[in-house]
Amino acid sequence: MYVAVKGGEKAIDAAHAMLARERRGDPAVAELDLAQIAQQLGRAVDRVMIEGSIYDPELAALAIKQAMGDLVEAIFLLRAYRTTLPRLAASLPVETDHGLVRRRISAVFKDVPGGQVLGSTFDYTHRLLDFALAAGTPLPADAATAEPIGAAPRVADMLGRDGLIEPPPPGEAIPADLTRQPIDFPADRELRLQNLARGDEGWLLALGYSTQRGYARNHPFAGEIRIVDVAVEIVPEELGFAVEIGEITVSECDMVNQFAGSATAAPAFTRGYGLVFGQAERKAMAMALVDRALRARELGEPITAPAQDEEFVLSHSDNVEAQGFVQHLKLPHHVDFQSELDLLRRLRAEHDQRKAAAE
Amino acid sequence: MTQTLAGYNFAYLDEQTKRMIRRAILKAVAIPGYQVPFGSREMPLPYGWGTGGIQVTASIIGRADVLKVIDQGADDTTNAISIRRFFAKTAGVATTEHTADATIIQTRHRVPETPLRAGQIMVYQVPIPEPLRWLEPRETETRTMHALTEYGAMHVRFYEDIAHYGRIATTYDYPVIVNDRYLMRPSPIPKFDNPKLDMSPALQLFGAGREKRIYAVPPFTKVKSLDFQDHPFAIESWDEACHLCGSTTSFLDEVLTDDQGGRMFVCSDTDYCRTRTS
Repeated sequence: MYVAVKGGEKAIDAAHAMLARERRGDPAVAELDLAQIAQQLGRAVDRVMIEGSIYDPELAALAIKQAMGDLVEAIFLLRAYRTTLPRLAASLPVETDHGLVRRRISAVFKDVPGGQVLGSTFDYTHRLLDFALAAGTPLPADAATAEPIGAAPRVADMLGRDGLIEPPPPGEAIPADLTRQPIDFPADRELRLQNLARGDEGWLLALGYSTQRGYARNHPFAGEIRIVDVAVEIVPEELGFAVEIGEITVSECDMVNQFAGSATAAPAFTRGYGLVFGQAERKAMAMALVDRALRARELGEPITAPAQDEEFVLSHSDNVEAQGFVQHLKLPHHVDFQSELDLLRRLRAEHDQRKAAAE
Repeated sequence: MTQTLAGYNFAYLDEQTKRMIRRAILKAVAIPGYQVPFGSREMPLPYGWGTGGIQVTASIIGRADVLKVIDQGADDTTNAISIRRFFAKTAGVATTEHTADATIIQTRHRVPETPLRAGQIMVYQVPIPEPLRWLEPRETETRTMHALTEYGAMHVRFYEDIAHYGRIATTYDYPVIVNDRYLMRPSPIPKFDNPKLDMSPALQLFGAGREKRIYAVPPFTKVKSLDFQDHPFAIESWDEACHLCGSTTSFLDEVLTDDQGGRMFVCSDTDYCRTRTS
């Protein structure tokens, strides 16, 4: 006798209890605390803040802990929390040429005013598993720390003084907000950049890479990559002047790309731009490549490659959307499947009849 | 009043967001079948698992409402349970499994067998709202096609089906024309349920969270399934009756009972089936 599958509620509760137990792991091993995650898994925290679209290392650490280190799941947790928060003010644009420069390199000049600052980076480390680290390592005694380096004008601005690079593309005075309104195509550059900034790193990395392999090649040079602590300021209506509400670390990438010119404009380099929270220059660089590719329409270039296709790139960049829809295939679909079965059986019966009639 | 989730507003969404969604719903009701873009929010349930329906329900539900949630016609499927619990937790509203007792019915993939009445609201979870999407992947194009009522491509596809298979080979999410104007996806309900949309006394709201669209079929609105004069629209039928309640008119799920080809058929609508057997 068939008994309809019952007990879904109990199964859900039991599954969640099992998850909680697995999350904790062996009780004999010390439990992770949020400070450990925020301090020692900083790059994971940065990624979760970027794609979760909220700058809060402590909440990001909590999300990572709750998601058992599944970063896409952690991003989802943070987004679902973020969406319930009131929006109190819009900040002034942050000035990335001020502030504490943690890292700043330019690949287009040997040296630049303000200097090249290598900072903390995986670059030039040999990727050899450090077995000593497994046992814990003492801090290097003479580790450098980030220091203010004074004026460090942007490399792109220096090129711009001579007109060698196009001026920054003009933007809307009050940019639209894609978290409040659905994106509409064709999309403004502000909206595109918002979308890319919270887009999945893997998606951007692959698309950026594709432009380097000839699918909309745009001859990029890393004009400048900088990781800098910047002040965030708002102008409260009742005060009428700017007050600093905090400081965030951002990674910024200015790509300098192939030049364009026309009958009326002298040739100049073009720009691609990436900006993300925390220390995540791989994402910032990929974002800059894709931003430049998406400017094809504006710059009058033929649209031939996936990275230039705005609807394709922007509609599929969000991993919270993507993971949900891909995984919804786990939900029961037996009603629709039954309809398909019904049709398939009819078609097969008709096929057999035709075959029998022909014989 | 039942205790609701601390730190969150009634029914999860803040009131401004609810107002924004209600404005989109009003517009959708005013233009039946037209997809209204709205500022869809991240919900604590994944996209593709009913976030559009949940946002619609959250913005229309009141403390006096009685909510029913079904998935595949059943109240006891895990995702239906999860969504029903979400509203029990965040809004503290009464829930029910009886179609007749519900004021709001959120659904995935089915319309209840019990006829709906005036005053009830159906909320459909929609994965892909655009009926022309498999014919044209670009929103910029499909928007223009709707504006021009340019639906010939869909007829051509059906014609090709008939040429290939001898019949229209769409069995669910079968496109309809609403109020003689807009082509609309009824969400992935089996075409068996399409006739229930036509001139329904209930308000029918469709929410697509990931795709950020809301559309509606107001009460007593004409909903016509696309077809040809010589290939009229027809619904699925079964040679069997429900193994539990004996119904010969409801949508039946096929259940495999062994690995020797044994199977039985039971109502997909669990409430309907139970009401008939009790």
